[in-house]
Amino acid sequence: MSIFVDENTRVCVQGITGRDGAFHTKGMIEYGTKVVAGVTPGKGGQVADGIPVFDTMKDAVEKTGANASILFVPARFAAGAVTEAAEAGVDVVVAISEGVPTLEVSKIYQKLERLGTRMIGPNCPGIISPGKCKLGIMPGWIHREGGIGVVSRSGTLTYEVVDQLGRYGLGQSTVIGIGGDPIIGTNFIDSLAAYQEDPQTEAVVLIGEIGGTDEEQAAEFVKENMTKPVVSFIAGRTAPPGKRMGHAGAIIAGGKGTAAEKIEALTAVGVPVADRPSEIPGLIKEALGS
Amino acid sequence: MKIHEYQAKDILRGYDVPIPRFEIATTPAEARKAAEDIGRMVVVKAQVHVGGRGKAGGVKLAKTPDEAEKHAGAILGMDIKGLTVEKVMISDAVDIDREYYIGMIVDRATKKPVYMVSEAGGIDIEQVARETPEKIHKYAVDPEKGLSNEEALELAAKIESRPAVAERVADFISKLYEAFVGSDASLAEINPLVITPDEQVWAVDAKMNIDDNALYRHEEIAAMRDASTETPQLKRAREMGLSFVKLDGDVGCVVNGAGLAMTTMDVIAHYGGEPANFLDIGGSSSPDKVVTALQIITSDPNVKSILINIFGGITRCDDVAKGLVQALEQTSITLPIVVRLTGTNEEEARKIPAGTEFVSADTMDEAVEKAVELARQPA
Repeated sequence: MSIFVDENTRVCVQGITGRDGAFHTKGMIEYGTKVVAGVTPGKGGQVADGIPVFDTMKDAVEKTGANASILFVPARFAAGAVTEAAEAGVDVVVAISEGVPTLEVSKIYQKLERLGTRMIGPNCPGIISPGKCKLGIMPGWIHREGGIGVVSRSGTLTYEVVDQLGRYGLGQSTVIGIGGDPIIGTNFIDSLAAYQEDPQTEAVVLIGEIGGTDEEQAAEFVKENMTKPVVSFIAGRTAPPGKRMGHAGAIIAGGKGTAAEKIEALTAVGVPVADRPSEIPGLIKEALGS
Repeated sequence: MKIHEYQAKDILRGYDVPIPRFEIATTPAEARKAAEDIGRMVVVKAQVHVGGRGKAGGVKLAKTPDEAEKHAGAILGMDIKGLTVEKVMISDAVDIDREYYIGMIVDRATKKPVYMVSEAGGIDIEQVARETPEKIHKYAVDPEKGLSNEEALELAAKIESRPAVAERVADFISKLYEAFVGSDASLAEINPLVITPDEQVWAVDAKMNIDDNALYRHEEIAAMRDASTETPQLKRAREMGLSFVKLDGDVGCVVNGAGLAMTTMDVIAHYGGEPANFLDIGGSSSPDKVVTALQIITSDPNVKSILINIFGGITRCDDVAKGLVQALEQTSITLPIVVRLTGTNEEEARKIPAGTEFVSADTMDEAVEKAVELARQPA
């Protein structure tokens, strides 16, 4: 098992003929992901890296049975591309694009809810179920199959944590970068709920950061619904208030959204919070009693 | 992006939100002229990007043009929380019967635009939220449908009981929605919304933040950026697509990814050091970005050591290494540099810096520990 994507995930790449699209399509195919189609309007009928290209998502889904998509399109076209994928009937759409206007994400989120499509991102590295499917831009080779779920608002910090886990022989069930924007399609709670149900997942690492109250809500969810151990790391203990720290969502506003508040909320429900990423494997081993 | 009160009012006026007449002055003489034009009692208001202008003495009532000139003289050039006042607004001082609060944000939890309205306007809304939270009414709008007249009226009725006035407040709420969505705001705050004794409705103060991600489709708003609030370093960083925040420590950081950049700062603190900055070189790194990043960091005289922490995903380690070599060729960096490059193309990257003076490290902990130690050593 694993969550959201697995060996049955059939991927369509939106923007497959672009520079980033072509580069990462190659990376996904090399990893073993079943990339079955690509979409670039006006380039239908071409073949890119052995993958048939279609003009529309509808065509791609009908002709290839794609059930997931990942988009490499400029931010200003991302909302339209996500909507097209959802209307074509895919189950999961990964929006890597950084810089999608927040109100557009808000609008498409409501639509995706109705259509029953899961969006991961925007502004995220994607999702990987090691050994089964890489639907994203992460370096595949640092991952190994195993029992740890990792869910994170960050990209490279997630790689750092996965790398640390690997050094201690802790493989992963599914690693999700949910994205650094204020409004995202899949949040901590959605992911935690899925990990709790997933037989492969034995424990979860939750990587949060300053801004918003998603970590506090996740803590509440852990308390009420999780029997599997969860350990955490929160980035931004030293971040000054009022400054946006790179991610659109990473800002301490009106004294709210500090790392201290999040660490307190998580600790209060029995989730140990690491001081540094390198402490995470130890906390996981402790939680699993191994 | 933060914009000034007068800019927010310009945007709102474009959507027919009722705004008291105002003019902008950069000299006391201009302020006098503006007060004469308005021909009534005016308020002289400092235009700076911080809250608490009133408490700092940056907002004054003026009964006559003489007084307006005098107040403008005192407020222009004033320092409010580290920012110098360069412009004042001279605004018609409308008569006040009641003061309400209307705010809007894009809410992370409901993922929708959310109104917050309160009959307790004119004071700090965070204080109201702490002391009398029952006085704040929240309402989430379905962004696909927009706000209906019925919804606006229902919301207005929560703060205004007189039916005729409530209708005007509802109209105000509807127009504010159009302005919010139309300008891709991330926050809009009208505090106070004033009801005059003759039952007219006015946005007496207005604050708006605009979603940076949407500025590409609002050229006129993007042009409102106040260059005076931006240091040369910040400007260069923004133009190069780097996220940069200046801090007070002495370990300069170049990192890829916002989460890892924040974590690097935290780990520096863990080892007893202090970060000089937050700097994210972003995803698709080019050698140019690394050169610019190093130039920005070395322009800070506090910096005593530089830490480069890269975990390559989209970012290719060899690109970063190339940038590093270029930067060292183009500039005369004498500070010690600790480099940790892991991930995509790390093997290729290892070949590049050969022959140059770096301290290399395999893990983040090791790299940070070395950089902190080097910052402590006397130069």
